Amino acid sequence: MTEQALLQLRNVSAQQGSNTLLSNINLSLSRGQIMTVIGPNGAGKSTLLRVALGLRNCDQGEVQRRPHLRVGYMPQKLSLNPLIPISVSRFLRMANNRRTSIKDALQRAGISHLADRPLHDISGGETQRVLLSRALLAQPELLVLDEPAQGVDITGQTALYELIGKLRDDLDCAVLMVSHDLHWVMAQTDTVICLNQHICCHGHPETVSNDPEYLSLFGRRHAEAIALYQHDHDHQHDMHGEVIQPSDHCDHSGHHHD
Amino acid sequence: MIDILLYAGIAGLILAAICGPLGVLVTWQRMAYYGDTLAHSALLGVALGLSLQIDIQLAVLLACLLIASSLFALQLWRNTSLDSLLGILSHSSLALGLVCLSFIDGPGFDLNAFLFGDLLAVMRDDLYLLAAIGGAALVLLVIFWGDLLSMIAHAELAAVEGVKVQRLRLLLMLLIAATVAVAMKIVGVLLISAMLIIPASAAGRLARSPEQSALLAALVGMVAVLIGLGAAWHFDSPAGPSIVLTAGLIFIISHFAPGARRVSNQ
Repeated sequence: MTEQALLQLRNVSAQQGSNTLLSNINLSLSRGQIMTVIGPNGAGKSTLLRVALGLRNCDQGEVQRRPHLRVGYMPQKLSLNPLIPISVSRFLRMANNRRTSIKDALQRAGISHLADRPLHDISGGETQRVLLSRALLAQPELLVLDEPAQGVDITGQTALYELIGKLRDDLDCAVLMVSHDLHWVMAQTDTVICLNQHICCHGHPETVSNDPEYLSLFGRRHAEAIALYQHDHDHQHDMHGEVIQPSDHCDHSGHHHD
Repeated sequence: MIDILLYAGIAGLILAAICGPLGVLVTWQRMAYYGDTLAHSALLGVALGLSLQIDIQLAVLLACLLIASSLFALQLWRNTSLDSLLGILSHSSLALGLVCLSFIDGPGFDLNAFLFGDLLAVMRDDLYLLAAIGGAALVLLVIFWGDLLSMIAHAELAAVEGVKVQRLRLLLMLLIAATVAVAMKIVGVLLISAMLIIPASAAGRLARSPEQSALLAALVGMVAVLIGLGAAWHFDSPAGPSIVLTAGLIFIISHFAPGARRVSNQ
């Protein structure tokens, strides 16, 4: 018996004016699964998350969330106006879909000691954990994380990713995240989606890491090259990321350009 | 005599009570300019009220609500920031209001009263309207306080958690519009956003939580109203500017208060 998918995107496309942000995206996420979206800057990673969350409508296709799905969202960054005097626990009390106590959420994120601290006085890594604990308040069945380790130092990053893996096990939730950290992606993720407006390739990390498109995306130059990479695989993109005909003969399972 | 002072005092206190919590939200959301725009377009409401011979306070309220709603619709439709649009609207509507009003010369018509307020001319009937609008605004603020705060902290996070963000945005704009309509009579169109910004900023230096900020800001506004009104009476200075000046002084003093919070800008 197959379990019903928590989240499913079918042939989803999104445009902003004449720019294509997402083109023909198909994905399906089920309980306990960690899915990581990688791709260069401007590839539409955040747009994909926003469409999945229902924060943005897609222009074509269909987004299906299981009815009454509990979602925890961790935005890329908290850009709180420094004028707002607010403590960590007051910030968490803002969440009006709480199903678990603030104490419990702070504990799971490993920051119980920060409860009464002003939100402006804590470090970048601690702020990310505060955002994570706010996402946990909903007792999420689906955790959506947009570059959770942004602004966190190297040691903190490892700890944070380990925590996310542990949360998946403890809560038995699905995780959909954007990440630049390929080490973690390769070690912990069940499915990788390589995005550049369309899904260039996807699958288990091992499969993906041997895919020519993945190599051209991240290859030997690795993570720091992400922003610089040139696209030179078996099809070409114009300035807007549209696939140019007729050199299009991609044959990765699960997606087609048309 | 004592009636005039009493009515003026009550009107001022009502205004300070709304401006406290609303002002902190406006400063946190960086909407000060928006308040200015609505305040300036209130003059158009005055012109409308005078030419249609309806109650001016009501005409101003309607004009402000109308402009707030159309700005909201425009923002949804264009999906862009209103910043430059506000800059244009703010001053064009002030100019248009002044031009329109110059063609109307009724008996006892005093432009200064609209520009700088005419607190000492507040009558018993005005008070009922002020209290009704102010009371409604306060009730809405209390009910939606948590959601408004969550939206201002992080709109997308709030939306994922089930807050109806667009409706709240509209609510916040309409509340500011209502406040502008109330404040016009008291401090005048040119000084309305001062009542939103100055007490809130003074409170922000001392408060430790959002709720403390709102209460402190209301308190600062009330003290400013009482002292400013007293000064106006004593020195025969214009009431509205005296109140704003007092609020400004309190803001400066708040910097030297023990335990004032240092706010680093990013």
